[in-house]
Amino acid sequence: MKVSPATTQRVAVGFMWTLAAITFAVLIFILAFILAHGLPHVTWSFLTESPSSMGREGGIFPMILGTLLVAGLAVLVAAPIGVATAVYLTEYTREGRLTAVIRFGADCLAGVPSIIFGLFGFVFFAITLGMGLSVLSGSLTLALMVLPTIIRTSEEAIRAVPYAYREVSFGLGSTRWQMVITVVLRSALPGISTGIVLSLGRSISETAAVMLTAGSALRLPRSLFDSSRTLALHFYILSREGISMPNAYATASVLIIAILALNLLAYWLMRRFVAKVGR
Amino acid sequence: MKRDRLIGAILLVVALSAISGLALITVFIFREGVPIILRVGAGQFFLSTDWEPSLGHFGILSMIGGSLAVTVGAAVIGVVFSLGLAIVLTQFAPPALAAALKPAIELLAGIPSVVYGFVGVVTLVPLIRHSLGGPGLSVLAASIVLGIMILPTITSIAIDALQAVPRSYVEGSIALGATRWQTVTMVLLRAARSGIVAAVILGMGRAIGETMAVIMVAGNALALPHSLLDPVRTLTSNIALEMGYASGDHRQALFATGVTLFVIITLLNTAALAVSRRRAGRRRVG
Repeated sequence: MKVSPATTQRVAVGFMWTLAAITFAVLIFILAFILAHGLPHVTWSFLTESPSSMGREGGIFPMILGTLLVAGLAVLVAAPIGVATAVYLTEYTREGRLTAVIRFGADCLAGVPSIIFGLFGFVFFAITLGMGLSVLSGSLTLALMVLPTIIRTSEEAIRAVPYAYREVSFGLGSTRWQMVITVVLRSALPGISTGIVLSLGRSISETAAVMLTAGSALRLPRSLFDSSRTLALHFYILSREGISMPNAYATASVLIIAILALNLLAYWLMRRFVAKVGR
Repeated sequence: MKRDRLIGAILLVVALSAISGLALITVFIFREGVPIILRVGAGQFFLSTDWEPSLGHFGILSMIGGSLAVTVGAAVIGVVFSLGLAIVLTQFAPPALAAALKPAIELLAGIPSVVYGFVGVVTLVPLIRHSLGGPGLSVLAASIVLGIMILPTITSIAIDALQAVPRSYVEGSIALGATRWQTVTMVLLRAARSGIVAAVILGMGRAIGETMAVIMVAGNALALPHSLLDPVRTLTSNIALEMGYASGDHRQALFATGVTLFVIITLLNTAALAVSRRRAGRRRVG
């Protein structure tokens, strides 16, 4: 028996639409599930108080601060390095063996699993450099982890800036560096920012690497050398050790909302970038 | 002009950060991990399932088996869904709908792995336990959770690969009277094959490297799995579960677990790179 090509197509396309529908249903289910269970417990006092009895009671203020410190510092370190790398690759050199080596490094780094970053950060930053389990060790480890993302997105953004802009700038007598600062980086800024915002999201979500480098202290970090537990790790410990399910859901809700906000911001920046440089 | 050259030199030094970071990671992980492999004996370390750190028994075969099992499972699920999504979004969906769905896939990539693990443990694991039996924490649960997690990676690379196929191939096929679906299977997928293979390999690399979600849903049992419903421990979980209290030989053995993982990932990434380079080479000729 022979099935007509039109029927085959109808069945195949129907099957693929079903797969797509399942995927988006899963996405919505995960978000709705966490928020429905967690949002009722997210109160002002939950956000502003310190936890007591291992997180069974009280709030998550030290974890919010710890997350902002670790993730913020990571991006603060990685962004200038990543953008400078992208500027070097696009504006200051020709494609050759050296750019191939730099790109190979970034590609390989992007493939390294977060637990390996954690092991490395633990033995290098915490032990060899004597930083201990601290905000600083955690953020430097994360900085290395998000560096490839920032390099790649910045490079793409810079390459999208029309070549004519550069020629005009040179024509007006600017040096290469002036051209990079006033023309290239300014035009590419929304695109570069997209990569930075996504890296911030990744730093906030990361758990394995932070667990081995920033530690899991519950108190408020007083300096960069203090250990601090991030939101993602706090959520993991609360749920895994069954300390408090309501507080686990609430912590996860805060995480999810932060991720949603960052993704929206990245999306908005990207649209602005496309509108600006788009042909 | 002189100032420009100086700036160029500074930028070059900064640009070498990524490769230097990679070199540092490699050196430190290997320096911590390789000695214990030599002391225990490579055969013993890689081929024994006996992991009893308090007795000085370090064999990671069950973790290697666990990692491979969940990675293959995740790849099967990830590939079916990702290819379906990539084909639908590039070939059959109205452009406006496709543009609206792509950010949703990116959002899927942004959800923290602990959240995936948690939702898996409270919904999927009981479902498997009640409907299929076994402890629920299993290869199957880990494969499904990981399959969803690697879906954005595979989908976005597969979309790029499909869009890189010259329009004339598709138009030629349609002009010869093929249906859209016949064009997909006979022309598009074949032309984009190496890109899709690279996507799948990179997805597998992400699956084998994933830690937190797997710890939560895989059950972490120290034995080679015999069925999809058996609990397993992966290389990554072994490190994350025991680093907190390990010291001495035990800690070194965990670094050696990391070395093993690192080597597997490097092999996968090299394979992906080789596949996509072959594609680039072929395109230059053709």
